[in-house]
Amino acid sequence: MTTTFWQRLDKAGRNLAPFAVTVMLVLIGLIRLPVPSYAPIAPDLTLISVYYWTIHRPDLMRPGVAFLLGLLQDLLIGGPLGVNALMLVVTQWAVVNQRRLFLASTFLLLWIGFALVMIGAAFLEWLAFSALNATILPFKPALFQGLLTVAMFPALGWLLIRVHRAFLNG
Amino acid sequence: MKPRSSGSVVRLAAPLRALAQRFSFLLLVLASIALMMVGKIESLSVDTARARVTDAFSPILDAISRPAATAARVIESAVEVQNAFEENQRLKAENARLLQWRQAALRLEAENASLRTLLRATPEPAVNFIAARVIATPGSSFVRTLVVTAGRRDGVKKGQAALAGAGLIGRVIEVGEWSSRVLLLTDISARVPVVLESSRQRAVLAGDNSDQAKLLYLPPDSPVQVGDRVVTSGHGGLFPPGLLVGVVTSASERGGVRVLPSADLSRVEHLRLVDFGLPGTEFDSSPEWK
Repeated sequence: MTTTFWQRLDKAGRNLAPFAVTVMLVLIGLIRLPVPSYAPIAPDLTLISVYYWTIHRPDLMRPGVAFLLGLLQDLLIGGPLGVNALMLVVTQWAVVNQRRLFLASTFLLLWIGFALVMIGAAFLEWLAFSALNATILPFKPALFQGLLTVAMFPALGWLLIRVHRAFLNG
Repeated sequence: MKPRSSGSVVRLAAPLRALAQRFSFLLLVLASIALMMVGKIESLSVDTARARVTDAFSPILDAISRPAATAARVIESAVEVQNAFEENQRLKAENARLLQWRQAALRLEAENASLRTLLRATPEPAVNFIAARVIATPGSSFVRTLVVTAGRRDGVKKGQAALAGAGLIGRVIEVGEWSSRVLLLTDISARVPVVLESSRQRAVLAGDNSDQAKLLYLPPDSPVQVGDRVVTSGHGGLFPPGLLVGVVTSASERGGVRVLPSADLSRVEHLRLVDFGLPGTEFDSSPEWK
C-alpha cells in the first residue's frame, strides 16, 4: 500500500460524491415553486439518484446509506418517520439484486426499469401512509408524482452521469 | 459471495461483515417500520429531533429558495404585463367598492368602541404578529406542511395560528431555534373547529391532502350554500373566533361539503404567525390535534 494520507483523503472525498449529490437532491426537492398543485406531485429526485448509484456504484450506495438518506428526507418533509427510509432501502435492495441485468442494458431499458421501480415505490409509499392514517388514501397523487419522476429521469440521469465521470472515474 | 474490498477499508472480521451485509436489508426494513411506530407513539421527541434537523438545514434551504422565488416572480410578472389593462380596470372598480366598505368599517369600529366603553367589556388581548418567509414545501403526495424562517428566538410557539392574505392557512406544529413548521389546513391530520358565518352552524374542518378541505360533523339537514364563508369558531381554545378560513365551493349529498381555503396555499410566500395570547394556547399533543 503506497497510498499517502492525502490520496486516501481525496479518495474518501470522491467516494462521498453519491451521498452528497443525493443529499443535495433531497434539499432541491423541498424548493417551493409557486405553481398550483405542484408540491403534491413534485418529482422524487432522491429515488432517481439512489437508483442510479445502486446500479453504477453499489459499493457507495449501500443499504445503510439509502436508509440514512430516506431518514433525512422523512425528517425534512415532516411526514411520519421511516416511510421514505423504507422506500429507499427496498429500492436499493430490489435494484442491487437485478444489477447485472441493468448494467448490460440500454438507456431505454434503464428508463423502463426505473418506471417499474417507481411504481413499486409509489405503491409502498401509499400503503405506508394509508396504514399510518388508518384509512384508504387516494392513490392518484402518488401516481402522478411517479409519472413526473419518470419523466424527469433522463434529464437527471444525464446530470448524474456527469457527476459520476467528474468525481469517480479517475 | 466474496465481499468487495475497497482499498482503504480496514479489514474487519470478515465473517461478521458478511453476516451483517446479508441481514442488513431485513434489519433496515425492520428499523424503518419500528421508526413509524415510534413516530406514532413518541411524537413529541420525534418532533424535537425533526426541529433540530430542520434547523440545521434551514440556512441552505433559505439560500436555495431565493433564486427559485426570483425566477418564478420574473415569469409571473411577464404574464401579468400582458393583462395589465383589464386588471387595472377591475382593480379600480374594486377599489371604489372597498372605499365604501372602509367607511362602513370605520363607522362600525367607532360605534363598537363607544359601546364597549358603555359596557365595560374587557378588551381583546393584544395580538403579536411574527412575519416569516416560507423556505420549503415538501414535495410529497401525502404531507402538506411548510417550513418558515422564524423560530423560538423570534417568539414562535407551538399551536400558533399561521395567517396569509385574508385568512388562516394552518398552525405551527414544530418549533426549532430559527425555523418552524406549519401544518396546512389541507393536510390529512389537520382539524380546525369552524362555524359557517351565515347560519352559525358549527363543524370541523378536516383536510384530506387535496386542495380543498371538507367539513365534518354537519347535521344532515343543515342549510349550506355554495359561497358561504367559513370562519374559526374558537372552540378548543387554539384559535380566536372569527378568523376567515375559506369559502364553501360545493355542497352535495355524496361529495359532502368542500371548503376552499381563502389563501392560495401553493403560492404563499410570506405568512404571519400570530400569538393571540389566548388562555389555554399551551399546546398539548392530544390525539385530536395530530
